[in-house]
Amino acid sequence: METRIQIVAVLATAALFFVVFEAVRRRRLMERYALLWLFCTAVLLGLAVWKDALEEFASAVGIYYAPSALFAIALGFISVLLLHFSLVISRLADQTKVLAQRISLLQARIDELEAAQREGAAAVDEPDEPARLVARR
Amino acid sequence: MSKLLAIVPAYNEVGAVAGTVAEIRRHAPEFDVVVVDDGSTDGTAGAARAAGARVLRLPFNLGIGGAVQAGYVYAAEQGYDVAVQVDGDGQHDPRCLPVLLDHLRSRPDLNMVTGSRFLAADGHGYRSSASRRLGIRIFGGILSAVVGRRVTDPTSGLRMTDRRGIELFARDYPHDYPEVEAVLLMHHHRLNAEELPVRMRERRAGVSSINATRSVYYMVKVLLAIFVGLLRTRPAVDPGDEAPVRAQQAV
Repeated sequence: METRIQIVAVLATAALFFVVFEAVRRRRLMERYALLWLFCTAVLLGLAVWKDALEEFASAVGIYYAPSALFAIALGFISVLLLHFSLVISRLADQTKVLAQRISLLQARIDELEAAQREGAAAVDEPDEPARLVARR
Repeated sequence: MSKLLAIVPAYNEVGAVAGTVAEIRRHAPEFDVVVVDDGSTDGTAGAARAAGARVLRLPFNLGIGGAVQAGYVYAAEQGYDVAVQVDGDGQHDPRCLPVLLDHLRSRPDLNMVTGSRFLAADGHGYRSSASRRLGIRIFGGILSAVVGRRVTDPTSGLRMTDRRGIELFARDYPHDYPEVEAVLLMHHHRLNAEELPVRMRERRAGVSSINATRSVYYMVKVLLAIFVGLLRTRPAVDPGDEAPVRAQQAV
């Protein structure tokens, strides 16, 4: 493999690894989502540095130009990550739905309780002062 | 005395929802009415409340599946014995609610009664476009084969369920275009359903949620749901099962 492209690959994957790691360190990225990223970048970094392994892999699967094996592996990882995100989004959509339904039920209940309370207060208070009840609310 | 609930999902139906609520209260006065306002941007909730319904306001638009399920959750928590779904747009005639209820009560083995547009005794079926009828016929054929009984109107939203149906739908309900999948869901849980002939009307106001481009998506999505449902090892959630929505495990 050409040395220039190896340098570029090492720098790019190292930068990606650093960005992900830094995001986790600053609590911008949860560990559970960072693990897949860190694993991907670690593997890619390893292949970029240790070029014998990449060439071995490339010839094993029949890729003539070894650096494109790196791209193929990266593409595989990206597909897995995207699928992972789709799964996460589906779960979040489910959770959001349940929360929205729960909020509507709670809201209806609060409105009802408030109405009942107002009626109770109206019965206790002087009934000829409806303005005060409105103001208290 | 059993508690009866009519669930009316409504999305931007300010022109029709009050009429629907009033009709239910007039023709089926033993039913409580809860309108699920699916994130409407018009005065749907206010109109429904003024007409004498309880209103569940969803904070944003969930789609028909999520809205109806909110109604079933309400029915389950408030201890209702029977819940019926009536569309807010006025297509469903509340005059048939007592008929459905009588049938559900006379047959203790039934868990759900659906109003079908295509069983009308006088042969005067519901008028709609040819493509829609074809779609309905295809789904009806597939569903009939899967559940082992004749399903003539798989997309009917006029459904009355007993307590077991309410609890099932409160736990687990399909997301969008839920009618066909709900039939399957009942079947997977070994709950029995039957159809009764009803007359449906033209919608009074508002726009149908299914237009030409969406109907293709509808067909594909529902077919996928049917076949995935058939292959699923755990078709639905029973009490004591893992929650359908779970915290994510590690990668």
